[in-house]
Amino acid sequence: MRRRVIFPNKVLPYVLLAPQLAVTLVFFFWPAAQALYQSVLIQDPFGLRTQFVWFENFQAILTDPLYLGSARVTLLFSGAVTLLAMSLGLLFAAMADAGIRHTRLYRTLLMWPYAVAPAVAASLWLFVFHPSIGVLGRRLNALGIPWDYKLNGAQALLLVILASAWKQVSYNFLFFLAGLQAVPRAIVEAASIDAGPARRFWSIVFPLLSPTTFFLLVVNLVYAFFETFGVIHALTGGGPVKATETLIYKVYSDGVINLDLGSSSAQSVVLMAIVIGLTAVQFRFVERKVHY
Amino acid sequence: MGTPGRSDGWLPHLVLTVGVVVFAFPIYFALIGSSHDAASIATGRMPLWPGPHALANYWQALTGGSGLRISAAPVGRQMLNSLFMAVGIAVGKIAISVLSAYAVVFFQFPLRRTCFWMIFITLMLPVEVRIIPTYKVVSDLGMINTMAGLTIPLIASATATLLFRQVFLTIPDELTEAAKIDGAGPMRFFWQIVLPLSKTNIAALFVILFIYGWNQYLWPLLITTDRQMETVVIGIVKMIGTSDAQTDWNIIMATAMLAMLPPVAVVVFLQHWFVKGLVEPEK
Amino acid sequence: MQRRTGPFALGCAVLALIIGVLLAPPADAQQRIQVDFWHGLPQPLGGLLEKIAADFNASQSAYQVNASYKGSYTETMVAAIAAFRAGNAPHIVQMFEVGTATMMAARGAIKPLHELARETGVAIDPKDYVPTVRAYYSTSDGKMVSMPFNSSTQVTWYNKDAFKKAGLDPEKPPVTWEETRAAAKKIRAANAAACGFGFAWPTWTQIENLSAIHNVPLATKANGMDGLDTQLKINSPLHVKHLQTLLDMQKEGTLKYGGRDAAADALFPSGECAILQASSGLRARIVREAKFAWGATFLPYYQGTPGAPKNSIIGGASLWVMTSPKRTADEYRAVGEFFRYISRPEVDAKWHMDTGYVPITLQGFAVVSGQGYYLKNPGADLPFRQLTRTEPTENSRGLRLGNMIEVRNIIQEEMEKALQGQQTAKQALDSAVQRGNAVLRAFERANQP
Repeated sequence: MRRRVIFPNKVLPYVLLAPQLAVTLVFFFWPAAQALYQSVLIQDPFGLRTQFVWFENFQAILTDPLYLGSARVTLLFSGAVTLLAMSLGLLFAAMADAGIRHTRLYRTLLMWPYAVAPAVAASLWLFVFHPSIGVLGRRLNALGIPWDYKLNGAQALLLVILASAWKQVSYNFLFFLAGLQAVPRAIVEAASIDAGPARRFWSIVFPLLSPTTFFLLVVNLVYAFFETFGVIHALTGGGPVKATETLIYKVYSDGVINLDLGSSSAQSVVLMAIVIGLTAVQFRFVERKVHY
Repeated sequence: MGTPGRSDGWLPHLVLTVGVVVFAFPIYFALIGSSHDAASIATGRMPLWPGPHALANYWQALTGGSGLRISAAPVGRQMLNSLFMAVGIAVGKIAISVLSAYAVVFFQFPLRRTCFWMIFITLMLPVEVRIIPTYKVVSDLGMINTMAGLTIPLIASATATLLFRQVFLTIPDELTEAAKIDGAGPMRFFWQIVLPLSKTNIAALFVILFIYGWNQYLWPLLITTDRQMETVVIGIVKMIGTSDAQTDWNIIMATAMLAMLPPVAVVVFLQHWFVKGLVEPEK
Repeated sequence: MQRRTGPFALGCAVLALIIGVLLAPPADAQQRIQVDFWHGLPQPLGGLLEKIAADFNASQSAYQVNASYKGSYTETMVAAIAAFRAGNAPHIVQMFEVGTATMMAARGAIKPLHELARETGVAIDPKDYVPTVRAYYSTSDGKMVSMPFNSSTQVTWYNKDAFKKAGLDPEKPPVTWEETRAAAKKIRAANAAACGFGFAWPTWTQIENLSAIHNVPLATKANGMDGLDTQLKINSPLHVKHLQTLLDMQKEGTLKYGGRDAAADALFPSGECAILQASSGLRARIVREAKFAWGATFLPYYQGTPGAPKNSIIGGASLWVMTSPKRTADEYRAVGEFFRYISRPEVDAKWHMDTGYVPITLQGFAVVSGQGYYLKNPGADLPFRQLTRTEPTENSRGLRLGNMIEVRNIIQEEMEKALQGQQTAKQALDSAVQRGNAVLRAFERANQP
């Protein structure tokens, strides 16, 4: 993307960037560097004994079949969550924007899940789907469907996908709606002369929505990769038998629960590399299609 | 304002209603659960309609039941802490991000791309992963148990910058040209044109960031030992506990409902704001 | 609206900052020696713990213990580590039993209890404490390293009404595994309950306590207490036989797997499982929620096991003293005095009666039975009796394995795979031993002296 019209000031941009850069340097880069340095060490949790081991930690994880299994789970999980959350968000936003009455009511009602803290959301889903005490969990079993996500890996994965997507749909809905409502009315009115609503949406509105879509794609993937571990932790703990152990969950469980800071940091480095790669690809290839 | 024409058709209503039902159902069950007693929930015999214990449960959630509330700051104090933290984070993030995005989009300078990626990379390493060294930095700066320590480290991440960049890129060149021709400097252009155009996004972001700040758990837990600095979410998780051994489901659900009230209120109230912004003449 | 956004935002930020500064806690102006105590107990137990600290503060004027909740035990551990690395560790941190090896290996970060007692002159005598409880947190030569506080053990809870319905004598609960299985069968046959038998904390009940009660090693080097170079031995004939029994019970419909950790707790008070092996701490919940007659009994053992049954081992947490560059001798003395306070028989007795954790001192137990508490609450002394029924042997003193949580999760995973029918009992335990040993070796390597 190329800005043709810019302002000529040379010092002002740095001044404008200074606050964010300062905060980022002190509270992100400095601690992050230390955290990443951890990946070439073997150290006890309290930092009393340190051994420098080059890339042993990396070697260990990349040859660990459990790590690779975790990567597979992550791919499946993130893809499903992003797809589900974005398409539903778009659907609801399109419907809410369809010039109907009570848009604000629907908007309010659909925004709720976003307000819920992950720990709380997980306990809500637990409350509903627990095989023994869950309101729906019990009924499913009573109907003869063997619902037990504590032993059935596929069901566990389904549950965490649904719970994670649930929270994210409102987020997408909010932004898609803001984006839709920013589409100039004149253009849509002009198009309605010779195109039905569906065609109008896909040929005119959706491309105009693409900056928002791009933003949400990046954010949703980051969300699915990083911010979902709270939900997984509360619902399945990565189980059963690692069926829901995503890469970020493994980082957390190895670092915080198992206190293996070296391996956990190495995993963070790899994870970071993956996500940077994914977003770089998005910026290069997907953004070309974004209509500014 | 969206698709024009007579479309009070049934399809949108149907889809939205189904959506609302599906999306609100866990919250509905939580509401029901908060009105029954623990035993009937634990035995799975909870009915699908409200029960008689709502008042008792909410009272217990608020006061901690048997007067053992020595361990927490009063709920009011916790709410205040959460409020300052959430507002501080939301405002702080929006303020620094809008400036950075503006710099990156409307100027050309060496290291422009580098700066953007430096900021953007903060998304790739969540705070949970670098929490121990971040704690050390904050501790070294003497910011433990302070509101500054609670908020500033969390405004480092880049979602807002990314969003504003997207929005600013859609501003037509003609507007910038016109401003330059008029002799307006970059800051005037910023205040008078760019910011107003970003209003709906700022409102949406404020909602998102407020909730992000409000729902923070791990960071405040680590940074505060002083009970007076506790936030509502910490208070709530104290009640829920963090393992599977949850016993008082009815109280937990009541607490969850209480925890949701402020963020939901923000969401509802701010909705009004950004709708209002749209009543103005379209750009 | 246009003109107001910028200044408004700025105003908010400034306001927040000002108020934040104003809210910052004032400099400490008290004369009492301050002790920071971080714990991991949510309500209501956390409240009861903090009340003990408050009572201690009220009982004297030299010291002040400030107790704060730092999240789950895992989160409390991370907080303690972060604080230590930043140079401001709390004086006391509560750490769960599975973190004992990690804490003990952190020699520079913790001050062993016996050292604290010796240096400050505060009298803490190991003989006052219940042997099984104390042994878990002591070195092999009896020196206490951390202060026991909240300990529980496991018992068998059973549904008397279901027993009656199945034609079993409600006052004669099963004593052996064989009897347990037979009872579960009868219960299912009469459909007296949806599930005959279940267990919470799978590794604690089915592997750790199994080994202790049958006097069989779980790992070499006295279950890890004598050295970091310990190896798992959970694929012994007894363990394989037991896991096979569980698999058979699942196949015949008498066992229901309730999940890891405390997930299965819900199955008993709801009436779903007629027999559940779970923590003694579940009592409070059962009292409140069960709508049927119930009882408790000891954990079962296999018929014909030589010398069985030995004492069970504890779960729960203990209090560790952490070092810091800023620590003074007075502060250590304060910690010592606080520990002495919580060891007072009446304080110990009250904690036991309020929470269901076992009394940690012998005197405490005496006070409680002296008050007739156990007559009014039959079965409440069962955990204590199970813990003290024999002198602890090398195999029943407890465990000290590094990275114990990871090891437990590995065992749980392998068990789950077997329960899903994906592998045999022997395969599961062999695999657990192999994976677990790798974890133990990693711990050994990272914690070499």
